[in-house]
Amino acid sequence: MKRSITRLLMAPSVILLLIWMIIPLSMTIYFSTIRYNLLYPGQNNFVGLLNFEFFITDPGFIPAVSNTLILLSTVLIITVVLGVALSALIDKPFFGQGIVRVLLISPFFIMPTVNALIWKNMMMNPVYGIFAWISNSLGLEPIDWLSTYPLMSVIIMVSWQWLPFAILVFVTALQSQDTEQKEAAQMDGATGWHIFRYLTIPHLYRPIAVVVMIETIFLLAVFAEIFVSTGGGPGYDSTNLAYLIYNQALLQYDVGVASAGGLFAVLLANIVAFFLIRAVGKNLTV
Amino acid sequence: MTYLAITELQKHYDNYHALRGINLSIDEGEFIVFVGPSGCGKSTLLRTIAGLESSSGGTIELDGRDITELASSKRDLAMVFQSYALYPHMTVADNLSFALRLAKVPDAEIQEKVRSVSASLQLDALLERKPKELSGGQRQRVAIGRAIVRQPKVFLFDEPLSNLDAALRVQMRLELARLHKKLGTTMIYVTHDQVEAMTLADRVVILNAGQIEQVGTPLELYRQPNSRFVAEFIGTPKMNLIPADKITRKDDTLSLDLFGNNIDFPANRVKGKLPETAIVGIRPEHLTLVEEGGDIQGRIELVEHLGSEAYAHIQLANNQTIIVKALARSELNDNQEVNIKVDVAETVLFNESDRVISVIPEEV
Repeated sequence: MKRSITRLLMAPSVILLLIWMIIPLSMTIYFSTIRYNLLYPGQNNFVGLLNFEFFITDPGFIPAVSNTLILLSTVLIITVVLGVALSALIDKPFFGQGIVRVLLISPFFIMPTVNALIWKNMMMNPVYGIFAWISNSLGLEPIDWLSTYPLMSVIIMVSWQWLPFAILVFVTALQSQDTEQKEAAQMDGATGWHIFRYLTIPHLYRPIAVVVMIETIFLLAVFAEIFVSTGGGPGYDSTNLAYLIYNQALLQYDVGVASAGGLFAVLLANIVAFFLIRAVGKNLTV
Repeated sequence: MTYLAITELQKHYDNYHALRGINLSIDEGEFIVFVGPSGCGKSTLLRTIAGLESSSGGTIELDGRDITELASSKRDLAMVFQSYALYPHMTVADNLSFALRLAKVPDAEIQEKVRSVSASLQLDALLERKPKELSGGQRQRVAIGRAIVRQPKVFLFDEPLSNLDAALRVQMRLELARLHKKLGTTMIYVTHDQVEAMTLADRVVILNAGQIEQVGTPLELYRQPNSRFVAEFIGTPKMNLIPADKITRKDDTLSLDLFGNNIDFPANRVKGKLPETAIVGIRPEHLTLVEEGGDIQGRIELVEHLGSEAYAHIQLANNQTIIVKALARSELNDNQEVNIKVDVAETVLFNESDRVISVIPEEV
């Protein structure tokens, strides 16, 4: 009796959330099985799995999947490694600690589009960018980052954007580390490196797991940085799945193939999540 | 033979003078307890000896070696922390062997040492567990084991029992006493609990405001405190302090005037110049309730029955309340008028600057 009332009271929100999720998903599944090109309105006949075949055999498909995974793993490694190192560096009190912390965290408040524009026009531009100026003052040929190393450029931008998030989480976590443990280790003859290796890193396992999971969700869907800076090019060199889907839907007007791509992206996200949760999730349960 | 010698030790923080010239010599194998109220500098003193705080002046010598400026790991000391400070991501065995592994001791030797220490502390069954799977008492034993395994010259304990519940604290106190007997190693122990101080210590060091107030065996401190501070700090319930308004001398006897009641006090037990007034210190167990012929009179305000004994809070004529230890089943009623007899042999006198001016006679 009591239980059924609970369920009844929960029902409106559960049903609303279900509709919220079910309708877009089923629409996507439906679109992925019909011919749906904006250039040929009215010709929406059922085509089976043809859209999936088109998407998978697209010349951009293989590069897009591998770029997505490279982008994801590289940015994760950069943000976690640099994040742990920088947080440990600024953990001990020093003059100007407050300002340094604010500066380290501030890139997180810059929107991705602006971030990409800053890097594209002020840092990486081969004529008046800061990297070009550095190369010139060393007597070297300036590099056109966006066309020579397009994926690397995107990785740099996205890492710069997400490093503050990692630092924010790690700095907070370090503040909860027990000082008596460090003192005990010190008396046991541990050097600063030993304390970092045997006490600080294990202490950070859980925050690292949190950072990896949250960043994964967002890094699988990086779009603005690519759209603003490289436009996915040259060729497919910096196209990821999100950008390829955009390309299909809004540049080639093929909603059907884009929907198939969207479903594939859901599948990929689930595969990545499966392995990630197995790898880092066990740190969350304890 | 002095083992650990502390000379004129000073510690300044930015605008706080925490240790104001500490002089102390400790013999090998002694169990020394630092005790004092919060903020008296006892923990700072221990941490300075450990090398976790740098000293601002003075020297510390251990076994003939100046360790004042040495890194804490090079001092041959081991410390047990208040929070135990076990390494949470290591098993008990790894916790015990951490220092040895860092010192690159051979594996076989490490295993042998861990085995013998865990056997003596009954940790054998827990070696593969993580600290969070242990109870408070077990964690405490691991923390002690981690110190023992290094075979240091001196053990330092920083309020190690304060996180345990009352029953466990009594048990661990006993275990510590046994451990000291068995190992015979010098131990320095910080506590704010005077019961721990009295029961564990060979000698107690009472600190007050960054200075040593008195050093002595627990019984010395109890019977012959140097100052009013020590007298009030040691002993539960507190020592009664009654002002004597006038002191008159008759031959070999001093007559202390406690608001109309006279108590005779042998004059040869007073050191130095005879004061005009004094504060009389008497412990509750040296006051007895008598039918007649008491030294002072009062009215019972409240009786606390503890089972084995009772404490009567008695209001005197000057409105001061004193505590008298009475028999457990004495039939005392509130508002009853009582006579109190004073055991003069155990009474101490303090002058206006709160220093002691009397001597307790040798035990008869």
